[in-house]
Amino acid sequence: MDYYLQILTNVGIFITLTLSLNLINGYCGQFSLGHAGFWGVGAYASAVYGVYFALPIDPALNMAIALSIGFVAAALCGLLIGIPCLRLKGDYLAIATIGFSEILRIIIMNTESIGGPRGFTNIPRWSNSWWVWGIALAVTLFMLNLKRSAHGRAIISIREDEIAAETMGVNLFRYKLFSFIVGAGIAGMAGSLVAHDQQFLHPNNFSFMWSVCILVMVILGGQGSVSGSIVGAVILTILPEILKLIGSNVSTWRVSIYAALMIILMLTRPQGIFGPHELFEKKRLKGVA
Amino acid sequence: MTTPLLDIQNVTMKFGGLTAVRDVSFTVQKKDLVAVIGPNGAGKTTLFNMITGIYEPTIGSVVLDGLPLNKKMASEITDLGIARTFQNIRLFNNLSVLDNIKIARHTRIKYSFFDGIFKTKKYRAEEKMIEEESIKLLALFNLDSKKDLLAKNLPYGAQRKLEMARALATKPKLLLLDEPAAGMNPTETKELSELIHFIREEFQIAVILIEHDMRLVMEIAEKIFVLDYGNLIASGSAKDVQNNPKVVEAYLGAEI
Ligand SMILES: Nc1ncnc2c1ncn2[C@@H]1O[C@H](COP(=O)(O)OP(=O)(O)O)[C@@H](O)[C@H]1O
Ligand SMILES: [Mg+2]
Repeated sequence: MDYYLQILTNVGIFITLTLSLNLINGYCGQFSLGHAGFWGVGAYASAVYGVYFALPIDPALNMAIALSIGFVAAALCGLLIGIPCLRLKGDYLAIATIGFSEILRIIIMNTESIGGPRGFTNIPRWSNSWWVWGIALAVTLFMLNLKRSAHGRAIISIREDEIAAETMGVNLFRYKLFSFIVGAGIAGMAGSLVAHDQQFLHPNNFSFMWSVCILVMVILGGQGSVSGSIVGAVILTILPEILKLIGSNVSTWRVSIYAALMIILMLTRPQGIFGPHELFEKKRLKGVA
Repeated sequence: MTTPLLDIQNVTMKFGGLTAVRDVSFTVQKKDLVAVIGPNGAGKTTLFNMITGIYEPTIGSVVLDGLPLNKKMASEITDLGIARTFQNIRLFNNLSVLDNIKIARHTRIKYSFFDGIFKTKKYRAEEKMIEEESIKLLALFNLDSKKDLLAKNLPYGAQRKLEMARALATKPKLLLLDEPAAGMNPTETKELSELIHFIREEFQIAVILIEHDMRLVMEIAEKIFVLDYGNLIASGSAKDVQNNPKVVEAYLGAEI
């Protein structure tokens, strides 16, 4: 029973993570490959609070504080990287964000007070299913409502055509930075949930491979689609567990399966399951594949 | 004399060693309908890019209603009242026709980010108004029945019209059209010329048109500016320009 509950919790956390990258990658069209870095910053920052600075108050209050710390810490990193990098186009941003997340991992590896390469232990367990699914639901609503607001439309127009967006009055840099900071911050909250759920963190949990995994979840579901991110996160979180039941060694298979899935997807349905659209939107919009 | 709507003062645009536009000056008054013509590569699109802030002129300045636009971002210039279309259509392809128009309202939105996230009363009221106005605008272009179609699925001529409607949705004082008749047949071109006239009257704005189709230009433009190799070689009425030996040479020269 505990095992299934843990999978369910992981699904909720990955829904939040996938949605947060979807804001940057799917809505705004910016190619970030260091998303696990923001996740890690949030996780470690709120774990530091939990281990060294926790207040003697109700765990629920402490969890709320930890989530805020996770959000702010990751959002600040998003700001620091975003300001110089968002003026770069496409591939440069991807490379800069990989660099950031790897540097971050190495810093954590070499910081004894947060466990270094042994991992960070004894983190208080403040999280539970309510927190995980509450956050997933809140982020889902946030993303859906954003899409239907003027600010969300501005962000999406950048993905569609930067020059046209600019000519429609959209301040490119401001909206790119906004997406980047908020996307990073939400990933930080997902990190906080992991820290106070597993009570243990290891720098390799936030490696480049995980950035790729989250990206694959976004792309599988459809860049820009909230429904897609949810479905992508569910499928790709549960799939390795099914593989484990079959008896394979998950950590070796996961990457190969993802790669194979990506190739099949790109050949058969490059826009992902939903494209940029939502589950119930297709009936309204005409001519959507 | 009143200040002109648009005052282009000695603008030059250099790309490395290439001078795409050289020391061009002209003015456009409110509600003028003027055309910029010239052979391919003459610098017409570059001129539009400088007016709309995509490029900043290497030398010279563009002044709108007495306000210099140097150092202003393209998005700010849109806010100040200049809108444009593109020679190669640039729609938001994966969005509906209606959403393409709604985005153009961006700088005129009054509700805040949080109003949008929490769907407050203010958000709902303003969105309702935007939707109604957008559909009204689409109706002027006979596109209202296509509002739920993805922009990329529109036929070519309708895409050009949608781009114009989208530009108008920013509520400009000056509309720049970059080769709107490109790829259109004579019937469509005729329709377009009526549409441009209609736009100017309906919205009471000035229009600058870049066009290759001489018939269209001669028919609708009150004043024509001729560019050749980045230089302004002639300006005046259709008749003046047609009989100007420099213009004849530029066009014949370009065709040989
Ligand atoms: N971004 C740019 N970089 C370098 N050269 C450019 C750029 N934009 C335009 N040019 C050059 O400037 C000249 C004028 O181009 P353009 O304004 O597009 O001409 P037109 O619209 O009159 O056909 C051409 O020689 C073109 O190659
Ligand atoms: Mg051109």
